[in-house]
Amino acid sequence: MGSSGIAAKKIEISGVVQGVGFRPFLFGLACAHHLCGHVSNTDFGVAIFIQGAPKDLDAFILDVLEKKPLLSQISDMVSTDTQPLELTDFKIVKSRDTQTRSALISPDVGVCPDCLKEMQDPADRRFEYPFINCTNCGPRYTIIRDIPYDRPKTAMKSFAMCPDCRKEYEDPLNRRFHAQPNACPVCGPQVFLLDNKGKQVDGKNPAQAMALAAQFLRQGKIVAVKGLGGFHLAVDAANETAVERLRQRKKRPHKPFALMAAWDSSLFHHVCMDGDEKALLLSYQRPVVLLKKKALSKSVSTGPAPNLAPDNRCLGIMLPYTPLHYLLLEKGPDILVMTSGNRSGEPLSIDNAHALDAFSHIADYFLLHNRDIYFRADDSIAKIQQGKVRFLRRSRGYAPLPVDITPPVKDGFANILGCGAGMKSTICLTRDRYAFLSPHIGDLESVQVHNFYSATIEHMQKILDIRSMCVAHDLHPGYFSTRFAKMLSCQGLPLIGVQHHHAHALSCMAENHLDGKVLALTLDGTGLGTDGHIWGGEVLACTYEGFERRARLNYLPMPGGDAAVMEPWRMAASLLYKVYGSGIMDLDIPFVRSLNTSKLAFLIQMMKQQVNSPMTSSTGRLFDAVSALLMLCHKISYDSQAAIALEAAADFEDCRTAAYPFDMKTGADGCLIINSGLWVRQMVTDIKRGVPRGRIAARFHLTLAGMMVDAAVKVAQETGLDRVVLSGGVFNNDTIFSHITRMLKTKGFKVYTHSIVPCGDGGIALGQAMAAGALQGKMNGI
Amino acid sequence: MNDNDTILLDHGAGGKVSHAMFSELILPLFDNGLLAKQDDGAIFEVPAGKLAFSTDSYTVDPIFFPGGDIGELAVNGTVNDVAMCGATPLYISVGLIIEEGMKISDLKRILQSMAGAAKKAGVRIVTGDTKVVPRGKVDKIFINTSGIGLIPAGVNVSGDRARPGDKVIVSGTIADHGVTILSEREGLKFDSDIKSDSAPLNHMVKAVLESGCSVHVLRDPTRGGVGTTLNEIAVQSKVGIQLFEDRLPVRGPVRGICEFLGFDPLYLANEGKLIAIVPGADAKKVLDIIRRDEFGKEAVIVGEVTDQDPGRVVLETLIGGTRIVDMLTGEQLPRIC
Ligand SMILES: [Fe+3]
Ligand SMILES: [Mg+2]
Ligand SMILES: [Zn+2]
Ligand SMILES: [Zn+2]
Repeated sequence: MGSSGIAAKKIEISGVVQGVGFRPFLFGLACAHHLCGHVSNTDFGVAIFIQGAPKDLDAFILDVLEKKPLLSQISDMVSTDTQPLELTDFKIVKSRDTQTRSALISPDVGVCPDCLKEMQDPADRRFEYPFINCTNCGPRYTIIRDIPYDRPKTAMKSFAMCPDCRKEYEDPLNRRFHAQPNACPVCGPQVFLLDNKGKQVDGKNPAQAMALAAQFLRQGKIVAVKGLGGFHLAVDAANETAVERLRQRKKRPHKPFALMAAWDSSLFHHVCMDGDEKALLLSYQRPVVLLKKKALSKSVSTGPAPNLAPDNRCLGIMLPYTPLHYLLLEKGPDILVMTSGNRSGEPLSIDNAHALDAFSHIADYFLLHNRDIYFRADDSIAKIQQGKVRFLRRSRGYAPLPVDITPPVKDGFANILGCGAGMKSTICLTRDRYAFLSPHIGDLESVQVHNFYSATIEHMQKILDIRSMCVAHDLHPGYFSTRFAKMLSCQGLPLIGVQHHHAHALSCMAENHLDGKVLALTLDGTGLGTDGHIWGGEVLACTYEGFERRARLNYLPMPGGDAAVMEPWRMAASLLYKVYGSGIMDLDIPFVRSLNTSKLAFLIQMMKQQVNSPMTSSTGRLFDAVSALLMLCHKISYDSQAAIALEAAADFEDCRTAAYPFDMKTGADGCLIINSGLWVRQMVTDIKRGVPRGRIAARFHLTLAGMMVDAAVKVAQETGLDRVVLSGGVFNNDTIFSHITRMLKTKGFKVYTHSIVPCGDGGIALGQAMAAGALQGKMNGI
Repeated sequence: MNDNDTILLDHGAGGKVSHAMFSELILPLFDNGLLAKQDDGAIFEVPAGKLAFSTDSYTVDPIFFPGGDIGELAVNGTVNDVAMCGATPLYISVGLIIEEGMKISDLKRILQSMAGAAKKAGVRIVTGDTKVVPRGKVDKIFINTSGIGLIPAGVNVSGDRARPGDKVIVSGTIADHGVTILSEREGLKFDSDIKSDSAPLNHMVKAVLESGCSVHVLRDPTRGGVGTTLNEIAVQSKVGIQLFEDRLPVRGPVRGICEFLGFDPLYLANEGKLIAIVPGADAKKVLDIIRRDEFGKEAVIVGEVTDQDPGRVVLETLIGGTRIVDMLTGEQLPRIC
């Protein structure tokens, strides 16, 4: 071919294109298309110079987009024509060290099919090696201490590659070319097994450690397992006694346990699963997926223990995602409880010594290994609602991949730090068009979580090379995140307080790329309002810069503050008190009869005197109240327990099931107030009549959905807004979510929901950053 | 004066009625030579050395409550503040601001308990003042007391002297006063016998200081409770303080009410308790001395001073977790969702 038939292009690709096998992929592709040139990592991603026949070039570009490595994400690809050079081959050019700053860091990824096949092949040198990985799979975020992503800056630095591994590492055509965690049994990390006194029990034989751990699990023992992003506590999930023992030792009486199961295990006969759920379960991110339990005949004797998720419609299930998990499920029970290994209120344990110290009273054995975890990543939790993925927790496998916020953000945004709220917290850093949400940090109540919180901010800023210029925080003065923000402001950073539910709404606007003014239904648990009361049942009219509160549930006292959250019966009493006043004492219903009269009188007195009885418009508290009123839940031992029980109890089979009548009126400030009076009286009448509580629970769900949609309609009439975002933790309730979306659509609204960040407080940080960005005046169209 | 009468504005006007009230009601109760002289101020000699001087105003509602009243509180409060400086309290002043219409019998009761408290503490009320204000300008009665005490040579206690390794002693059950006042004021009564812990602590302090043991910090955790006081010490001394929840002394009924109200006993007021921060080596001995005092029988070591997390108080909880005991910022708002 004459040189006249040769074209050349410069191609720049940005996104997740480093550490994911992108350059070897390009190398292979170039060879396949008979093209010459070179590729190197740059500070934005990769830069390619490529030349050859024009039709081959076009095919090459098409293939880059279509066949890109599993873990890569292309956010931009710019190609420009240039002059061909005298070249005879395609080369991978070594990148300069400091050049990878704004490339994206990949999250940790489940083991790939190729590695799995090798691990199961007795002839392979990595047969049953629990740390097998390649550029398509394995640890990333959790083992990176700094960037650029090179072995010396990872937890692999203490493992020198053997000649075999090094050969793979240096061969551009090998699947392990520049796979930083590359290892084998000769040179890489190893597992070992200790008892809970710290004594090694595997005879210094890694294979024996795996075999024994599996055996102990089969015997019903509790084994702490060091995994990818932290420790799990594992127990045979088919063994009810063993599960109960774990509940007792972990002091976790009711909260559902996450399960890990082999794909061919019997567990999947016990849950419903559609195509989307199956795909989510099998995705390389390997989240815990919430799947509805099937009603099975009693004759089924094998399967999950009944105490895994009591009073819950779902089981949380994930497939194995590390080679070690595969081995464990293969040799041990094929369904395991895999609950996070942490001491109550503390972050996930990641350190061998700490784990031994923190839960030697819980675990009987410890399956450890000698590769450090630098940064913890909890399992992500997700489910499918109406065909879309929704996150309850966005963490391992997803974070720290960014949320693209163009539009509404046009040409960059000051770098902002969103500090999050107080519970299930995450933080958010923005850079240009990207918002990076951290993995799950947890409830900011203990010193250890506080420390993890500040460490996460520092670590994220380092590996993403972001220096925050502005700090956004919740209005609650008692949240550690707020105090942390204020501390940063002492160092000179401007500070912007963002109302909790405004932030919820904005997180939904941002991920849906909405701009301008929208309605927001924010149905939530606890968030401090601008009037000093606790909000959580609002219709807001909002923009990124601000909001008006257009409708709300009427206020109810929370006698005892946080105690009213932990004890839903207090909210039931509060709801009845709101409607019946002191007449509540004379109500002849099981709930009132079940209460100690002097306790109830005391509680009423508290509300009357307004002693530690803050006012709330929270939907979460309304769920608590009704759940307790129906005698489903008196006190809770985990977040949302009462609401979950209420949803599980709801029975929509009866065709007479309909919403209770309700009413609303406009308050002095112009805000529409949704009253409790009418519908509560009807509900109490149902209770008195002995209507089955399943039906009452169903009617409550319909009533709440009806009230909120009606309020939205009224506000829409006043404002002319027809786009509505749904956010707040209550939307984790499938029944509410599906009814409200359906009803709103029927009324002609355009409805926007979450599918990238959680609707709960795990998404707050994004909304905060958006508000701060808007107020800094850098946003498009406002 | 008749006990059934009520206080009139004249009682504070400085005229005949005022004078009668002083000589017939106040002086006999607070009987001592310095006050009897009725000069513009009390004159007394003090030995060379360091004096401690403290003042506080008392506005508690209700003025009578189980375990005490506003008068006893006013004397004990200032006695204790002076004692917490390491001083032996000697003289006290009393300023009364009375609402017109108060029953004289109630006033008498209050003055009697002030006299009783002063006697028990071994201090003399040597100067004072009475004002009567129109109805509604104050709530029944406000009392200001100031006190002067003598600091023995060699004593040096202060909030900035806590050192890592020190132990934290609390001289008895916490939150009794706070819970009592709250339940009285708001009509929140369980059938239990909770009462204020109002008590003078100067004898206890004296015994500890005279034992030769080293004492770094003495504080009475009144308003804001043990939690707030320890936070102040942690900040002043630039140290961390670790508490153990299972050691915190809280009476059963008090704990019950606190749980019900959603209040943390660590933030409720005490009026007869002290916090002593002492070197580890002396802790046991100091604890024994405190326990020998009539008001220190239930004293315990509740925690220790550390060099971790300076400025922070951390509670190791019953379930083995840790929780930050923050400085209270106004009202406690719900945070759980
Ligand atoms: Fe929220
Ligand atoms: Mg004082
Ligand atoms: Zn692989
Ligand atoms: Zn090797």
